[in-house]
Amino acid sequence: MIGTGKIKQYANVLDKPLGKGKQEVSLSAFAFLFSELVQYNQTQVDNISELETRLEDAGYAVGARVLELLCHRDKGNRRETRLLGILSFVHSTVWKVLFGKVADSLEKGTEHEDEYMISEKELLVNRFISIPKDMGTFHCGAFVAGIVKGVLENAGFPAVVTAHFVPVEGQQRPRTTILIKFAEEVLRREARLG
Amino acid sequence: MTSTACFIIVSRNDIPIYEAEVGSAAKREDAAQLHQFVLHAALDIVQDLAWTTSAMFLKAIDRFNDLVVSVYVTAGHTRFMLLHDSRNEDGIKSFFQEVHELYIKILLNPLYLPGSRITSSHFDTKVRALARKYL
Repeated sequence: MIGTGKIKQYANVLDKPLGKGKQEVSLSAFAFLFSELVQYNQTQVDNISELETRLEDAGYAVGARVLELLCHRDKGNRRETRLLGILSFVHSTVWKVLFGKVADSLEKGTEHEDEYMISEKELLVNRFISIPKDMGTFHCGAFVAGIVKGVLENAGFPAVVTAHFVPVEGQQRPRTTILIKFAEEVLRREARLG
Repeated sequence: MTSTACFIIVSRNDIPIYEAEVGSAAKREDAAQLHQFVLHAALDIVQDLAWTTSAMFLKAIDRFNDLVVSVYVTAGHTRFMLLHDSRNEDGIKSFFQEVHELYIKILLNPLYLPGSRITSSHFDTKVRALARKYL
């Protein structure tokens, strides 16, 4: 038969090696899938904040798995125990694997000790999405915020993560900022660890 | 060589999601419960120790009579705990690493809820085979 071949068929997924996986996935396929995800959730909810919550939950599941997989594959089994460590892990490693490039910037909030911001000129997931005027502050980046929340919470750094549009003068489209607000216990533990 | 060993996987929320008695010694009725009790008591120690190091394998962290508790913490703070009487640290480390790979494969299943019990019989078979090989 044509095509039977070199690829070994495994009886059970647990026998398949983890491997490096395919490095690239088609953007149009992902955009199509993501738009279906958003549209499906739109039919299930009554208001915008519920829609954002649902997207965030979807992202949370991804984040939990991405954390384990990347620590095993790319970091040679070393965990992150410090705040700056886990933030730079998200900012570079996670972003590189998910979106093909590191995030544009990572900043510490000036007003509060527990706030950090990851900024991006335009999120990959938003590239083919336009928000109608009557949806106001809705941001499909809630999905990415959910991914970041999944990574942080499972690593032991509980946080509230949200996505916002930040208008930038001189540019037509606003920048996207993922705002991370860590819980009390994270700061206390950081202070204790010195 | 007879050896007693009890292996437990505890999730981030301190709920055991997998248990197995993997020793080759004859099993006594009360031994299993005692093993689980000792492992749960060791959880507090693991919690503090996990934040002091970025390594995943935490070696032997507690003793009970002549049994030793060894722990391996994953990035998502899932703890693999082993109660054993052997001194073969390298074997135990390799065992943990292989089980870690199996665990990641289970976790990648989008229909698996992280923190819920692992019910796959294939997983159980593989863990016991690894235990026989390394312990």
